[in-house]
Amino acid sequence: MALVIQRKPLSWLEKTYLPQILGGLKITLKHLFAPKVTLQYPEERPVIPENYRGVPTLVKDPNGREKCVSCQLCEFVCPPKAIRIWPGEIPENTETSHVEKAPDDFEIDMLRCIYCGLCQEVCPEEAIFLQDTFSVTGYTRDEFKFRKEKLYELGGTLPDRHYKWDKKKEAARRGNAH
Amino acid sequence: MSNDNQPELVTVYVDDREVQVPPGTNMIEAAAKIGVEVPHYCYHPKLSVVGNCRMCMVEMGMPEKDRATGQPVLDDEGNQKIMWMPKPAIACATKAMPGIRIKTDSELTRSCQEGVMEFLLVNHPLDCPICDQAGECRLQEFATDYGRGYSRFVEEKNVKPKRTVLGPRVMLDDERCILCSRCIRFCQEVADDDVLGFVDRGSYTTLTCYPGKQLENNYSLNTVDICPVGALTSMDFRFRMRAWFLKETHSICTESSVGANTVVGSREGTIYRITPRRNDQVNDTWMADSGRERYKQVEAKNRLLHPRVDGAETADPEAAVAAASRLLQGGKGIAFVGSGRCSVEEQYLFRKLADQVGAKSRALVSRVSEGDGLLISADRNPNVRGALVTGLIDELPGRELSALATGIDSGELDTVVVYNEDLTAAGMTAEQLDKITVIYLGTHANPTSDRSQVALPTLTVFEKNGSFINQQYRLQKFFQAVPGPAGAPGDLRTLAGLLAGNGLQGHPGIDDVWEEMSEAIPAFSGLRFMKIPSGGLPLEVPSRLRDLPYAEGKTLHYEPAGGEPAAV
Ligand code: SF4
Ligand code: SF4
Ligand code: SF4
Ligand code: SF4
Ligand code: FES
Repeated sequence: MALVIQRKPLSWLEKTYLPQILGGLKITLKHLFAPKVTLQYPEERPVIPENYRGVPTLVKDPNGREKCVSCQLCEFVCPPKAIRIWPGEIPENTETSHVEKAPDDFEIDMLRCIYCGLCQEVCPEEAIFLQDTFSVTGYTRDEFKFRKEKLYELGGTLPDRHYKWDKKKEAARRGNAH
Repeated sequence: MSNDNQPELVTVYVDDREVQVPPGTNMIEAAAKIGVEVPHYCYHPKLSVVGNCRMCMVEMGMPEKDRATGQPVLDDEGNQKIMWMPKPAIACATKAMPGIRIKTDSELTRSCQEGVMEFLLVNHPLDCPICDQAGECRLQEFATDYGRGYSRFVEEKNVKPKRTVLGPRVMLDDERCILCSRCIRFCQEVADDDVLGFVDRGSYTTLTCYPGKQLENNYSLNTVDICPVGALTSMDFRFRMRAWFLKETHSICTESSVGANTVVGSREGTIYRITPRRNDQVNDTWMADSGRERYKQVEAKNRLLHPRVDGAETADPEAAVAAASRLLQGGKGIAFVGSGRCSVEEQYLFRKLADQVGAKSRALVSRVSEGDGLLISADRNPNVRGALVTGLIDELPGRELSALATGIDSGELDTVVVYNEDLTAAGMTAEQLDKITVIYLGTHANPTSDRSQVALPTLTVFEKNGSFINQQYRLQKFFQAVPGPAGAPGDLRTLAGLLAGNGLQGHPGIDDVWEEMSEAIPAFSGLRFMKIPSGGLPLEVPSRLRDLPYAEGKTLHYEPAGGEPAAV
């Protein structure tokens, strides 16, 4: 059944269009004097909230130790399979040899990543964080495959609450009481 | 299970469910029979029971009997009265007795499991992220299933040696060890190489190797498999891939004619490890270390990746097969040298090809050396029995290919088709090979393939489906774990191509070959590839093969029929 909408005929005032024009001019004038909201991107950058999920990055602890131990849990959990890890062994007689394991290489394909944050959530070593980088550009697909070096560069250093491995090393140094 | 020589079954009750088991079965196995898991660490079905981990504690009861008369005592409703023991008992050391009952989920049982888990975790390191066992760790699993979920331990954890090299293939992390002693018992009872033991006491107890010795026997990696935690790790597999990524494919070990059942773990076309698969008739739960390295042949440098015609690589397998067919048609005296490393299906098609082109001689390269009495037999060919059953050869391969050598020297033979063998290693000289036309089918390049007019690449056992017949005449199948090289179309297809080139059209699929074999070979009548059970199928031994002088001596689950063979 067709629905017929009756159009009300315009009144005399409405036919002049003046109230509409004046209303529009009022808004324009208001914004002419209001403070600016436009951001001059990329010179100006927005403030990124704390819990923002930007590009996933790898971080170091304040002592400069790479935190990732290549447990490959993030590789497993990542829904679009953006992560690829080549696990490796930390050689003996180094500063961090008690950690035993670290990635030989680490790759995140930013074209695949959906910024879900599951990798950060699953990481048992608090080594991977989605931080404030939101703009990734490049000309080829390969440029979007961020390798270990680039991921550490983006990640930087974050504070550590546990120093788990340092405690472990210290306990080993003290040895058993018996 | 056959009932002929089996004693009466006894009835036991697991969580009020009735289970019939042979007397002497322990309660862990009885519960497993109806799919109830009693968590356990130290108990292993193929090792002695020591009962030291206490994880398997359950509430247990016996039917009450009147002491004087021996009559069952009934309760008010006329049911059998059960005497529940006030303290829990370990299920692994409790043998099935008529009427015995266990509760695997009662409050008492639960509290025992929780307590044991808590003690086991007291000194356990927080190592899971760097521990190879993660994902297949009994401690992780039981901690989630039976643990309390949080730690009350505020004291400092014990420090124990880490990264201890126990032998050439095994590494030990003592902090992760839960002292179940499985590895010690394995070395004593199965490998007969008693090198492991505990030192120190209490929570300082540490697993270690006898001073001056190493865990280096050819079965050492089985300790890694049976270690319920990540204390023992394989140096080859260590840190290379997480267990949860591995695709598991059933396979058969090609070390010898024992045919140990295996699982091949691969990810995205790369094999990372080979572990044993339980088969109580063949290899129990063990396999030799040497067999676990076999996957390395897949990516070996000398792998034949493309067909070669007159020494030049070609990208077209069909053209190479056609070239080989032409050589076969031109041959005046053709010899076929097969391999005990080929599958039954391949040996059958190879024999068919030999018949089709009127081969003057057929032989197999012998690989007899000493067995170790456990899981490596004297015959290092996994499938000599297959060549016998399919009729590729009529008697056991001789130590040397003497008929072939004489044939070449006399000029009677001018063409030889070699399947996955190196004739120079089998005693032929380079001059002899230079005198004849060689057609080589094989996985790797070798001096024979270098001298061949046509070399056709084939697949390793990890890249195809097929079956072997082991020393017990047990037909066992293996499956493809990883794809083969792009230039190798598959053994059966190559053989079918050669047959077609010589006027015998056929289908290259494994099911087609089985359909044909089930009609042509009496021992296989009615069989299909898919019908071979995963644990293998014992074949009726054809009478002509019953009394051959097989090379194998006694190994696990195998007794030579005619007594020990003469030493090699
Ligand atoms: S944010 Fe999500 S999609 Fe991106 S790498 Fe992490 S898990 Fe994968
Ligand atoms: S989950 Fe964390 S520690 Fe594990 S591989 Fe990923 S980033 Fe590294
Ligand atoms: S043995 Fe199991 S619980 Fe212990 S660190 Fe390894 S995976 Fe974790
Ligand atoms: S190393 Fe493993 S198998 Fe051996 S006692 Fe320790 S936990 Fe048990
Ligand atoms: S399994 Fe029974 S005590 Fe260890």
